[in-house]
Amino acid sequence: MDFSYTEEQTLLRNSVAKYLADNYKFETWRKFTRSEAGRDPNHWKQFAELGLLAAALPEEHGGLGGGVVESSVIMEEFGRALVVEPYLPTVVIGGGFLKHGGSDALKEEWLAKIGAGESILAFAFAEPKGRYNLADLTTTAKKQGGSYILNGQKAVVIGAPWADHLIVTARTSGGQRDKNGISVFIVDKKAKGVATRDYPTVDSLRASEVTFENVEVPAANLIGTADNGLPLIEQVVDEAIAAVCAEATGAMKVLVDTTVEYSKTRKQFGVPIGKFQVLQHRMVDMFVQYEQSVSITLMVTLKLAEEAAERAKAASAAKVTIGKAGRFVGQQAVQIHGGIGMTDELNVGHYFKRLTLIDTLFGNTDHHLKRYAALS
Amino acid sequence: MDLTFSPEEEAFRQEVRAFIADAKTKLPKGIGAAESADRSKEDYLAWHKLLYRKGWVAPLWPKQYGGTGWNVTQRYIFNEETAAADMPTTLPFGLNMVAPVIFTYGNEEQKKKYLPRILSGEDWWCQGYSEPGSGSDLASLRTRAVREGDHYIVNGQKTWTTLAQFADMIFCLVRTDPNVKQQEGITFLLIDMKTPGITVKPIIVLDGAHEVNEVFFDNVKVPVANRVGDENKGWTYAKFLLVNERSGIAGVARSKKAVERLKEIAGAETLDGSPLIGDEDFARKVADLEIDLAALEFTELRTLAQEARGQMAGPESSILKIRGTEIQQRITELTVEAIGYFAYPNERALGHNDNVGPDYALGQAGHYFNMRKTSIYGGSNEIQRNIIAKAVLGL
Repeated sequence: MDFSYTEEQTLLRNSVAKYLADNYKFETWRKFTRSEAGRDPNHWKQFAELGLLAAALPEEHGGLGGGVVESSVIMEEFGRALVVEPYLPTVVIGGGFLKHGGSDALKEEWLAKIGAGESILAFAFAEPKGRYNLADLTTTAKKQGGSYILNGQKAVVIGAPWADHLIVTARTSGGQRDKNGISVFIVDKKAKGVATRDYPTVDSLRASEVTFENVEVPAANLIGTADNGLPLIEQVVDEAIAAVCAEATGAMKVLVDTTVEYSKTRKQFGVPIGKFQVLQHRMVDMFVQYEQSVSITLMVTLKLAEEAAERAKAASAAKVTIGKAGRFVGQQAVQIHGGIGMTDELNVGHYFKRLTLIDTLFGNTDHHLKRYAALS
Repeated sequence: MDLTFSPEEEAFRQEVRAFIADAKTKLPKGIGAAESADRSKEDYLAWHKLLYRKGWVAPLWPKQYGGTGWNVTQRYIFNEETAAADMPTTLPFGLNMVAPVIFTYGNEEQKKKYLPRILSGEDWWCQGYSEPGSGSDLASLRTRAVREGDHYIVNGQKTWTTLAQFADMIFCLVRTDPNVKQQEGITFLLIDMKTPGITVKPIIVLDGAHEVNEVFFDNVKVPVANRVGDENKGWTYAKFLLVNERSGIAGVARSKKAVERLKEIAGAETLDGSPLIGDEDFARKVADLEIDLAALEFTELRTLAQEARGQMAGPESSILKIRGTEIQQRITELTVEAIGYFAYPNERALGHNDNVGPDYALGQAGHYFNMRKTSIYGGSNEIQRNIIAKAVLGL
């Protein structure tokens, strides 16, 4: 057993951390997340140059040959800096679909481009009435000659305003919640019939409501096999869950450290508030929850390669742990900071918001408790 | 002991309902209780003015000053009905905070001058208590007032001052004697916000709302006539106000309405094609919440019954603050859970409050973040537990 990172992985972490510490400060973050674009595209270019975008992609397609551990390292550091750039939808999810399910032609076309920072993807899977069930789909794709005709509506597609292409889940056969009959496509956002309504999210990302009206998608853009897309979707979403868990641990770490530091300097009743035992124990509990989160994130990351049921259980276990811990750590960080923790000006509230929305993403605590129980 | 209402009380309920039905036709659209941030001053005051005309704006005041003279049951019915009908709330700073201080400790001139203007809504009050260095430890406040002839010269800063941007008056705790025990050098002043030297600076909170402010005092001249009670006795009045602030803070009637709304939302949301409210896991959580709320309701009723027998609420009113705010926060947590992915859109940033998801999802995540303030303000819940430990349990 060995939980240590390789030298390359440590170098990767240090290089991400250094870049973000130097160039991705909270004050500039506040400015560009509120700008029209919602991000500073220069960072994406720099990520590509630093090799971050290629780190987890296969060597034969221009990647650096890493995998889930590399993505986890990157996401954890991103979590510490509240990074909004679309690494998760583009590399973890888009790259994941193409890696595991893409035809040779699709891999050839896309993976090098993703690694070089030349394409941004978004994952259009959730539907207005589908909640967290990945198979609850009303979006349809009907085969017509050499194409599929896509119709339907996707909700809260994170990163879509920045994306050039969308990874879309759609029903090619079967009923609304059937596990069979689902297929995955990569769709040009500029294709005729794609309409988006863009908006900011409460955790300072950007998202879109996306509608497809008779959108013609070349059959070559099918990722994986037709009608049997769900196992692929579950695999990639489990990998994405591991990645957001890593992001959440990064965010929690900042909140634990910031809160402990604040409690040493903020004085009330003549002493630093960190001297009060009730707050000491609260901060210890925050720390314990953070540590548990780190552990379970490690577990899921190492189990992503196991057979589907084992992998799914690990992903759901991690998501439940992170959901509960993120809520506790976020709420208590605000509480212990007091009024100042409620302000938009301080970073604390923004980490709390990100953690809150991470609980929702890919299914909340209740959803994953159910999934875990069903698999046990 | 009896849980039923008398025919007179039922008749009163009908009167309240009739009044509400009529008021609904007169209020500006969309200012129901669902806290929409960034309302105008007129929006805030619309409900206040309707109540004032009816003579119902001050249920907590004695009749001689313009109060309703309602008994505890009538107040309970009024709160129930207005919350159930989703009516706005009146702002507490004038009506429920400073007015009781004025009619309990103020002189005749102050009562005559301020109380009618609070009743009518002519004067908007804000609360000058917290300072950057004095939150939970309020008595350590440092805003200084130095006596010069007929005036005090005030210098310092207040913070977290709710809606000070609209205020005509601020009631302030100031330090008049720095050389004695903290609690013995504090004075309670009423200050006109138009006095030269006062600056109000907005603080934007987590949901993007401009709800609170910093208020700066730079050589602000305040007539000695604006002092309530005695110099250096302000802490007594301040504590009296804090106990009043706590007693209304349970918000039971409002929470009942909010739980009802949560159930409606969970009824409209689906999980695998069926209403979310029918999901066993979610239904259990809502049930748990409702049971907590029922216990709190009867805790509040016990307090009210005690009050009806002429006993003032004591330190155990901290229970109402702790449980009341925990329940309010839990409702918002479950509401965010219920709306699923539609917690994401930040409509406020869109500028027009256009909703992305279903109508009921609009602003719910922001509301959840905003409600984290309730366990911090009005004496944090940690402070409330200290009060119970010390004053009730004798620890």
